[in-house]
Amino acid sequence: MPASKKLSATWCEARRNALPALATQTPATPASIGVSFHNVEKRFGSLAALRGVSLEIRAGEFVALLGPNGAGKTTLLRMAALLMNPTRGAVLFTNGPAVISQRVGAQALFVRPKHAIGLVGHSTLLYDELTAAENLTLFARLYALDKIADTVATALDDCGLATRVGSLVRTFSRGMRQRLAIARALLHRPSVILLDEPAAGLDRHGLAWFSARLARLKSDGCTVLMSTHARNESLDLATRAVALAGGRVDNDSGSAGDPRALLAALRTEQ
Amino acid sequence: MTTAKAAAIILAKELRLEFRTRELLTATVIFALVVVVLFSFAFDPTAAESRRYGPGLLWIAILFAGSLMLNPSFAREQNNETLDALRMAPISSFAILLGKILANFIFMSLAELVLVPVFAVLYNLSLAGIVWRLILVLVLGTLGLTVTGTVFSAVSAHARMRELLLPLLLLPLLTPLLIAAVESTASLFAESPALDRTWFAFLAGFDIVFLTASWLLCDHLLAE
Repeated sequence: MPASKKLSATWCEARRNALPALATQTPATPASIGVSFHNVEKRFGSLAALRGVSLEIRAGEFVALLGPNGAGKTTLLRMAALLMNPTRGAVLFTNGPAVISQRVGAQALFVRPKHAIGLVGHSTLLYDELTAAENLTLFARLYALDKIADTVATALDDCGLATRVGSLVRTFSRGMRQRLAIARALLHRPSVILLDEPAAGLDRHGLAWFSARLARLKSDGCTVLMSTHARNESLDLATRAVALAGGRVDNDSGSAGDPRALLAALRTEQ
Repeated sequence: MTTAKAAAIILAKELRLEFRTRELLTATVIFALVVVVLFSFAFDPTAAESRRYGPGLLWIAILFAGSLMLNPSFAREQNNETLDALRMAPISSFAILLGKILANFIFMSLAELVLVPVFAVLYNLSLAGIVWRLILVLVLGTLGLTVTGTVFSAVSAHARMRELLLPLLLLPLLTPLLIAAVESTASLFAESPALDRTWFAFLAGFDIVFLTASWLLCDHLLAE
């Protein structure tokens, strides 16, 4: 089998295993899971959004994805969220040397990728005609969480929306929606957190809350991929910076490297 | 989580959203009633004429109303990309589709609950003695319509001209269903009512085929 087909087949395995069938319990504490992109290519017709991106993101790393509009940051994050298939290459979820998203029985599979991923996207991924509590309850039920009422109340309290529990999301300001979107993404305690311009719409108070939340996730050992083209205080938590340009990795500080130079470049650009 | 449980959660969400806004149901009922009333002006609805044309008019009204109602089923998930959130949840794609099919089936059934008595009055047709058999035909016909319509709503949701695209895709495909439903209904409105079992079985077969196809293709249907 050609290498590209083999990688695609592996990716399909990951997709299949992402569907619920066996264990559906959410781990009490986030498991350490890394993400590997192997020569990932994504084409939309004739447009190549990603051109052979290879990245090994270890469990517990906090990676800042930098780059201008159209660099491929969102496409990369959507692939990691299992929302998009690569045209070529593979995305794997790993626990140390073990690839946990491979066939059950072939490798130790202790958590399913879909349970382990949380995404804050460009849109809020929330229903405007449901209340804040109804939105979180819906997703808590879909993720089969325990003690749903308590979990939702805690999440709303944490994001500062405890007084707006019964308000429809369409009545919220942009910043409030974004805080609720972040709360929704973190509700099931994912261990891989994908953030696509998460600070959009947040005021200073919201940014401070968000940075504190991220710091907690980092200390819990979560793997974070955060895309941004704007400098904000949460970037100081990054342990690694990867700059994308034209669908390729333009610069990578590496797992053991210092991301400050790349992050400083972002500050200079602004 | 089982597919049934996940579908029930999606169904509850759909019902809550619809009964909060009442956008789809109100528009569908009014549209279906307008179609039936307008058709009643087209000819003198004597008992014989109504028996001849009534079943066809009833199912055309249901089909048009259905194509209007089914379009937003997936399109309204585009607003805040909520379909992505559903796709990321650890549930099967079929659970998402099934929840929406069941919700649409309930909405269409509610619309028919208003439509059919009005239709019977306007066209001088008696429902006495055929109610349960008519309900069976309506259930199977509506199920076929909602399964096919929901699937094509998912297909057309990403399209720019989705309001036009759905009827264009859906109506030709529903022709066999329309014929079977009309023939089954006509057999009930005949002078000596007796359900035409051949067409009724055809209706059931249509439902089974399209429900199975939607189960087999759901991953592709909901993929980006």
